[in-house]
Amino acid sequence: MTGNELPALNIADLQSLLRRREVSSREVINALRERIEAIDPDVGAYLSIDLDSAYKEAEHANVDLPLGGIPIAIKDIINVMGQRCTCASKILNEYRAPYDATVIRKLRAAGAIPFGKTNLDEFAMGSSTENSALKSTRNPWDLSCVPGGSSGGSAAAVAADEAFVALGSDTGGSIRQPAAMCGVIGLKPTYGRVSRFGLVAFASSLDQIGPVTKTARDAALIMNAIAGHDAQDSTSLNEPVPDYGASLGRDLRGVRLGVPKEYMIEGIDPQVRAAVDAATQQLDSLGAEIVEVSLPSTEYAVAVYYIIATAEASANLARFDGVRYGFRAENPKDVLDLYGRTRKEGFGSEVKRRIILGTYVLSSGYYDAYYLRAQKVRELIRRDFASAFEKVDALISPTSPVAAFKIGERVADPLQMYLADIFTIAANLAGICGISVPCGFAQLDGQRLPIGLQLLGKPLDEARLLQIAHAYEQSTDWHKARPPIASSLQRG
Amino acid sequence: MAGTSDLDVAYVARLARINLTEHEAKIFQKQLDDVLKYVEKLREVDVTDIDASAHKLPVFDVFREDAPRDWFTAEQALSNAPRQANGLFVVPKVVE
Repeated sequence: MTGNELPALNIADLQSLLRRREVSSREVINALRERIEAIDPDVGAYLSIDLDSAYKEAEHANVDLPLGGIPIAIKDIINVMGQRCTCASKILNEYRAPYDATVIRKLRAAGAIPFGKTNLDEFAMGSSTENSALKSTRNPWDLSCVPGGSSGGSAAAVAADEAFVALGSDTGGSIRQPAAMCGVIGLKPTYGRVSRFGLVAFASSLDQIGPVTKTARDAALIMNAIAGHDAQDSTSLNEPVPDYGASLGRDLRGVRLGVPKEYMIEGIDPQVRAAVDAATQQLDSLGAEIVEVSLPSTEYAVAVYYIIATAEASANLARFDGVRYGFRAENPKDVLDLYGRTRKEGFGSEVKRRIILGTYVLSSGYYDAYYLRAQKVRELIRRDFASAFEKVDALISPTSPVAAFKIGERVADPLQMYLADIFTIAANLAGICGISVPCGFAQLDGQRLPIGLQLLGKPLDEARLLQIAHAYEQSTDWHKARPPIASSLQRG
Repeated sequence: MAGTSDLDVAYVARLARINLTEHEAKIFQKQLDDVLKYVEKLREVDVTDIDASAHKLPVFDVFREDAPRDWFTAEQALSNAPRQANGLFVVPKVVE
C-alpha cells in the first residue's frame, strides 16, 4: 500500500492495517497531509488543521482501541480543545475552544485523533456551504458545484479522500444532504442519542451530531464510540447503546420499507427519481417488502422548520455580543452600540436574516400565530411518523430532490434554498434518525453528480438503518466510485 | 418600511441588537416577506386539542446532583475575551 492509496481506505480497512502494524498512525497522517496539500486548494474542505497535535497524538496512538490511531475530521462547529472553532463566522474567527465537546472526549477515549476542522455554512445555517464567511468549498465531483450543506466541508473531505471519516451536525438535513451531494454516507442519529455538549448551538431541539463516512460499517464504528448518555446534555437519552455493527450482514427478509406517497412531488429531478426508484427495486429484490405509506402533514414541514429553527437560533445566537468571546466592533460609544455593531459586522446575511425572523416569530403579539402554532403542527408531523412506523420498519425517499447545483445558482432566493430541504427536515422535527446512502449518479453537462437515497428510522433504531444501508451497499458499487480529483491522484 | 407582512425588519433588527444598513433592511424585508407568505399555509391546519411538542421523546424533569466539580479557571474563561482587565471582562460604561 503506497501513500497515494492510503487515503482511499475506509476506517475498517485502515484499522486492520494499523493493527497488523503494516502502517503507522504517523504514516496515515502523512498520507492525509499529502492528499490535502495536493487537492484541498481546489476543494476547500478544511478551515484549519492542527498538524502538530495530530502528529503528537499519532506517536502515542494505541491501535488496539476501537478507533486507535484513526484521524477524524471535525465540522468546525464542534469544540476541540485548543483548536479554533470558527463556525465559519467572522464573529468566532479568532475563537479557540477551551474544552472538548463530549463527542471529542469519547472519540479520544476510543483512540481516535481529531484531525482538522471542516468548512460549513456559517453557524450551520444553509444547504450549500456558500454561507461560510471564511472559505468556499467545492463539490469534488464537479468543482463548479456546491458540496451541499451545511456540513459541506465534512462531506467533501470524505468524498475526496481528504478524510477517512468526519463528524457533521444535522439540524434540518445538514449531514444527510451534503453526504448525498458528495456521494458518501451521512447518518443523523435520533435526537438525544449523541450528546450535543460542545456543539455550538443553532437550534437546540433539532441539532444532532453524526458521522459522514465511506461505508455503513464505518458509520457503525463511529456510532459505537459517540452514542450514549451524557449528564452535561439534559436532552441526552439515557438508553442502552447497542453494538451498531451487530446487525450488519443480516439480510432484509421480513424488513418492511415504506414509500411516503407525499414525497413523490413535482420538482424532483427525473434522474434523482429514477435512481431512487431503482434503489427501491433493488431493496425489494434483496428481500425487503415495499409498501406505500402516508405522511399527511409533509407539506407543512418546511414552514414549521423555518419558524422553530429561526426562533431557537435567535435565542442561541444572542450570546454573541462581543463581550465574553469572539469578535468585538472597534471603539463602541456605549454598550448598545457595542452589541449592534459587533453583530452587524460579525454575522453574515443568512445568520442575520434568521435571527430577525426568529426574533419576530417569538415577539409579543406574534408568538401564538407563528411559534406556538408551528409547535402544534410539529406534533402532527411527529404523529405521522409514529403511525407510519406502526406499519413499516423504515421509510425510503430521495435525500435531496436535486443533485448538487452550481455555485451561486441559488443564493439570491433563500426560500428556494429552504425548499430543497423538503425530504430531510421532517426527521429533525420528529426527532427520528435518518441516513443517506449513495444510490447512483445524475449526468449534468458531461459530469457525474452523486444521488443519495434516504432511509428514515424509528427513534433509536439506527442499527436498523445501518443494516439496510449495509445490505444495499453490498449489492451495489456506488460507494466505491471516487471523484475524478481523488482517483487521478490514486493512480498517480 | 413595512412590506407585505406585519414584519418591520428595521424595528425587529433593533430588538435583536443587529445594526442593519438601509440596503440590508430593504433586501431582508422582501426576502422575509416571501418566507412569511410561505409559512401562512400553517393557518389552514386544524390544531384544535393538539399539544405543542417541545421534545419528541419522553425526557422530562432532568436533574443532576448539585455538586461542585472542576470547570474553567478564570483564566480559561477569559481566554477568548476581546478585552479583559484584572480578571474581568471589560465593556463600555453602562451606568453614568
